[in-house]
Amino acid sequence: MSRTVYVDNNATTRVADEVVEEMLPYFTELYGNPSSMHTFGGQLHKKIEQAREKVADLIGADPSEITFTSCGTESDNAAIRGALESHPKKRHIVTTRVEHPAVLHQCRQLARHGYELTEIAVDQEGLLDLGELRAAIRGDTAIVSVMHANNETGVVFPVEEAAQIAREKGAVFHTDAIQTVGKLPMDMSKGNIDMLTISGHKLHAPKGVGALYIRRGVKFKPLIVGGHHENGKRAGTENIPYIMGLGKACELAKKYMKEEQGRVKSLRDKLEEHLLTNIPNARLNGHKTLRLPNTTNISFEYVEGEAILLLLDEAGICASSGSACSSGSLEPSHVLMAMGVPFTAAHGSIRFSLSHYNTEDDVDYILESIPPIMKKLKDISPYAREIEELEQKAASTANRG
Amino acid sequence: MWDYSEKVKDHFFHPRNVGEIQDADAVGDVGNLACGDAIRLTLKLDNDRIVDAKFKTFGCGSAIAAASALTEMVKGKTVEEAEKLTNQDIADYLDGLPDEKMHCSVMGQEALEAAIANYRGYEKAPSEEGTIICKCFDVTDKVIERVIRENNLGSIEQVTNYTKAGGGCKSCHPDIQQIINDIRGPAVAVAPEPKPVKKMSNIKKMQLVQETIEKEIRPVLTSGGDDVELEDIDGDTVYVSFQGNCIHNATSKEKVRHTVEAKLRELVTEDLVVEEAT
Repeated sequence: MSRTVYVDNNATTRVADEVVEEMLPYFTELYGNPSSMHTFGGQLHKKIEQAREKVADLIGADPSEITFTSCGTESDNAAIRGALESHPKKRHIVTTRVEHPAVLHQCRQLARHGYELTEIAVDQEGLLDLGELRAAIRGDTAIVSVMHANNETGVVFPVEEAAQIAREKGAVFHTDAIQTVGKLPMDMSKGNIDMLTISGHKLHAPKGVGALYIRRGVKFKPLIVGGHHENGKRAGTENIPYIMGLGKACELAKKYMKEEQGRVKSLRDKLEEHLLTNIPNARLNGHKTLRLPNTTNISFEYVEGEAILLLLDEAGICASSGSACSSGSLEPSHVLMAMGVPFTAAHGSIRFSLSHYNTEDDVDYILESIPPIMKKLKDISPYAREIEELEQKAASTANRG
Repeated sequence: MWDYSEKVKDHFFHPRNVGEIQDADAVGDVGNLACGDAIRLTLKLDNDRIVDAKFKTFGCGSAIAAASALTEMVKGKTVEEAEKLTNQDIADYLDGLPDEKMHCSVMGQEALEAAIANYRGYEKAPSEEGTIICKCFDVTDKVIERVIRENNLGSIEQVTNYTKAGGGCKSCHPDIQQIINDIRGPAVAVAPEPKPVKKMSNIKKMQLVQETIEKEIRPVLTSGGDDVELEDIDGDTVYVSFQGNCIHNATSKEKVRHTVEAKLRELVTEDLVVEEAT
């Protein structure tokens, strides 16, 4: 393999060099337990608080509102379970059909154990209807959990407005902001969001660390019980090197967000525009503009996604697919299905998600690599005639234009 | 990423015999776009001996590799020899396939069966006979019985891996379990997980049916040129009228009816039955 172009950053990101540097001393030199009475361990308590300040600063929260966890999934689970435990008489949950499994499977499991669940649909562009959300929330709704941006399509939901609706109706509002923290500016001090999930490895910190923002005053009971760590909100000895890494990653994100996301967006736009213009069977999944700056999800009609991924992989390009055959499931991505993307397209979807580490050379390399891959799969496909029809249609549209 | 053997990768990256024999003596078409994979196998024969084989495949890496392997395996064989090939032979030729991808080898075997049936002038391949058990993926009891016997399967999950049957709405799981029990005996049976029972008022049910058809079902149907209109609801029976491409074909209507019923059962209540309004 001559080179590697990594464009699967919504799955995970490279740990930033500065983050690694920040973490290293806490494995070897400063390895104490912050709960210890001696200075060697006890001094680390201050370090954790410094990292907490950095995380809080990125999202406009007070440090006391940040609880460190082991990952985004734990934060999502803790938020939902914590809200339900705190409001035992309320037995209704509202979420969307396109949530990450960390939320969706948790909610569906609760529904099998006596809770009532309402899953809000999305439209063909992946957008949420706030009127539908308002209608779904009832007097006995304990929690409304709506993701900030979809991991597959990058479509951004109006969570501030959704949180306001939830508050008016007396429900706790949680958002899984794993894909947006560090990419979009946010200010918890001004809105109505009660809980917000952060995952370290989506913003250049390592895997195995996350955080949960819990607005001061919001009732919460811990998912993991034991000692009095994290102000009683999450038991377990603190994973100090990783917490320090998350703090540093948040500090870097705050510093470079505006400049970096502008640069990443221009690379993403170049990639997307070239693919949609030059590959006749390509179509965008998700809203044209209300999207994360780094994500594009494109379907190549009549071609299968896993086959594309394997050929991309051979060329050293790391992307992902919502095709059924790339997973153990037999149905394509639940997100694309919820959006009503036709089967002809859903089976051939590819997600490219860029980061700070991608360059214009990377985009050019992807754009060079895709046409021969499409030709190879078209030559194998029994639907070559259908692809040719799309090509002719695209050519005649271009000629008219 | 799947743990594919070197041979699977070789046949995927360098597929043999890609294309379509123009004056083919036998054509076998299996699968479809909605299911996520399809094979078209064409054969040229001379005195009952297969002298050339070509394939076209829409599908994942292992589907392409299985079709490529199949064409290599059948060339030079007589029809009688070829029809003895099993899906396990295709998987073995490729040094194995992941469990979840065994259905690709079964699809290769079915494409060969369909081509041989076409050569002999039969209307249907053996795999197309029998009663459809899994309506999501069009799998018959005959196919399920055969893969259970030939591959010594004992669970619904294994049947799904090998045939896709039961991988969609899951409403056929009791039927698949019954076939397993009939062949293997109930000792190996795994009881299906009981479904939750939802209580719902009639008004709520009607609202949900209407909403589900509008927002969940119609966009999917119309993208394929089909459509339904809700006509009436009587108890747990939902009456619809069919529109679009499907109205001309009873099989297409049944597929659309099943799609609507499966979605309503998933999102409203599992007791619902969909029927055509008269």
